[in-house]
Amino acid sequence: MTTKADIRAEAEALFAAFRAAGAVPVEADILLPAETLLDLYGEDIRARAYVTNDPLRGEMVLRPDFTVPVVQAHMAHGADPARYCYLGEVFRKQDHRGPRANEYMQVGFELFDRTAPEAADAEVFALFAGLLAPLGLRAATGDIGILMAAVRGLSTSERRKAALLRHVWRPRRFRQLLDRFSGRAPVPDARAKLLERLASDSPEALIEAAGSFVGLRSPEEIAARAAALIEDAATPALAAPEAALLYDLLSLQAPARAALAHLRGITPMLPAIAPAVDRFAARLDALHARGIDTATLPFEASHGRTSLEYYDGFVFSFHASDPALPPVASGGRYDALTGVLGQGQSIPAVGGVIRPGLVARLKGGAQ
Amino acid sequence: MIKIGVPSKGRLMEKTFDWFGARGLTMRRTGNEREYSGTVDGHDGVELVLLSAGEVPRELAAGRIHLGVTGTDLVREKLADWPEIVAEVAPLGFGHADLIIAVPNAWVDVDTLDDLDAAAAAFRAEHGFRLRIATKYHRLVRDFLTANGVADYQLVDSQGATEGTVKNLTAEAIADITSSGETLRANHLKILSDALILKSEAMLFRSKLADDPALPALLKKLGF
Repeated sequence: MTTKADIRAEAEALFAAFRAAGAVPVEADILLPAETLLDLYGEDIRARAYVTNDPLRGEMVLRPDFTVPVVQAHMAHGADPARYCYLGEVFRKQDHRGPRANEYMQVGFELFDRTAPEAADAEVFALFAGLLAPLGLRAATGDIGILMAAVRGLSTSERRKAALLRHVWRPRRFRQLLDRFSGRAPVPDARAKLLERLASDSPEALIEAAGSFVGLRSPEEIAARAAALIEDAATPALAAPEAALLYDLLSLQAPARAALAHLRGITPMLPAIAPAVDRFAARLDALHARGIDTATLPFEASHGRTSLEYYDGFVFSFHASDPALPPVASGGRYDALTGVLGQGQSIPAVGGVIRPGLVARLKGGAQ
Repeated sequence: MIKIGVPSKGRLMEKTFDWFGARGLTMRRTGNEREYSGTVDGHDGVELVLLSAGEVPRELAAGRIHLGVTGTDLVREKLADWPEIVAEVAPLGFGHADLIIAVPNAWVDVDTLDDLDAAAAAFRAEHGFRLRIATKYHRLVRDFLTANGVADYQLVDSQGATEGTVKNLTAEAIADITSSGETLRANHLKILSDALILKSEAMLFRSKLADDPALPALLKKLGF
C-alpha cells in the first residue's frame, strides 16, 4: 500500500534531483484563471479540469498541469537560458470509474534554451531516463516536428496544409482529411450537394434567399468560406507518391537509429522534411553522448499526438508494464506554446513531468 | 417501500400517469394544484415521488428512488458511466426528441460537422475568440464534437430559450433538443445534416444502487 507520505517522499527525492541538475524551484497557484487555459485548449480542458466560477474573479480552474503557469512565470521575468523544477498536486476529472486518480502529484523539469534545442531535448530525456532507470520502464519517443514539416512540404494548397496542421493532434480527423485530400475517400455526398448549391448562384444571393439574417458571423465571412470551398473543390488530389510517403510516416515505428535511416531514405522524395530529419539526427547524437542507447531507443513518428495540443517537436514518455497505468513520466518540446503565452516573445522550451505516486507504487511492488 | 420518481408537471407527468395506469398502477397528484405530492393505488408499498425530470437521474444515482421516469438525454448528460448506475427498464413511447446542432439558415456554406469545424477555425481567426455553441447538454455535445474532430469552438451555457441566443449574439450556433423543428425554423436556424447527437425518449429507469425485495413483483406487474 502506497501512502501519501511515501508519495511525498518520492516526490521530494525527484525534486531534489532536479535541483541538483541545476533547476530553480518555482511555485504555482493551485487555483488558476481559466481564461488562458480555455483559450489554449478549448473545451477539452473543461472535460479534463475542474472549472468553477468565482463571483469576483470569473471562471477559475484547479491546476490541471504546471506547464502554463511555469511558462507564464518564465516569460514574465525569466533568465535565458533557464531550468525550472516544481512539485505539487494536479487535478483531473475522470470520465469513467476506475483506477485513474482525480488528484495526484507531479514533479516536473522545464528547460528554456535558444542555443541548442537538440542538446536540450537530450538533457531532459537523459535526466528522466537516469532517474527512472531502477524501475525498468519502457521508453517511447517521437517527433511531431517531422510530421509537421512533411505536411508543410506537401505540394497542395496552403488551405489544405493549414487544415492538416490544425488537426495534427487529432489523429482520426487528420487521417480523414488526408484520405479526402489524397482522393482515397470520395467527396462526401453532403459536400457535393453543397458545392452544387454554391455553384448555382452568388453567395450573396444565396444568403439573401435564406431569409432573415441572424448571428455574429457576417455575410462576408460566409462568402469567403464559400469561395474557399469552391477553390478547394478545384484543388487536385495529392500526388499518389507524396500521399504514400505521408501515410508511411504516420505509421513509422522503429528503433530510433533505424527510423533515422528510413527517414534519410525518404527525404529525397520529401525534401521539406530534411531540416527536421537533421534535427532528429542531431538529437540522437546528443542522446548518444549522454549515454542513451539510440540503436534500441523506440521511436514512433505519431507518438504524442493525442495529448493536449501543444507539443510540436520531440516527445517522450516512460511506461510501466501494466497497460492500465498512465505513463509514469511524459514530456516534450513546446516552442509554439511559449510564443502564444509570451505575447510576441517566444523561447524554445522542453520539459516533462514524473508522477511520483506511480514511482512509489512501482517501487513498493518490487519489494 | 419502493419509490418511483415521476416528472412533477406537464404532459410528461400526464403521459407517465397514463402509462402506469394502463398497467394497473393508478397515480394521482394530491393536495392542491401547487403541492408536489401524490399517491399510487393498485400495488402495496409503492410511493410516488414527484420531481423535476432533470433531477430524476441524480436521485436514481443516489439510490433515493428505485425507479424513475425521465428522458434518456438527461441520464446520458448527467450521469458519467450511466450504464453502471441505472438500467433501462422500458421506453415509454413518448417524449421523442433529437439532440441536434443548428446554425443560422444564412450559413449557406455550412451543412455538416466538417463545415462547422472549418467555419469555427475561420471564425476564431477573424473574431479572436472561439465560435460559441449554446447548450445545456455540455457533456453530450462536447463528447460528440471531440469524437468528430471539431475544434475551435466553446460551449456557452443556456438553460432555456436557447434558439434565441444566436439572434441575441451570445452564441453563433446551438445544440438543443427538438421534436418538430418549428422553434428552430422560427428563429432562422437549420439543423446540420450529420449532427444528430442523440435520439431521446422518455424511459423507465431502475437504479442499480437501490434495491428492495418487493421490486421484482412490481416490475412483473408492470410487465417486465
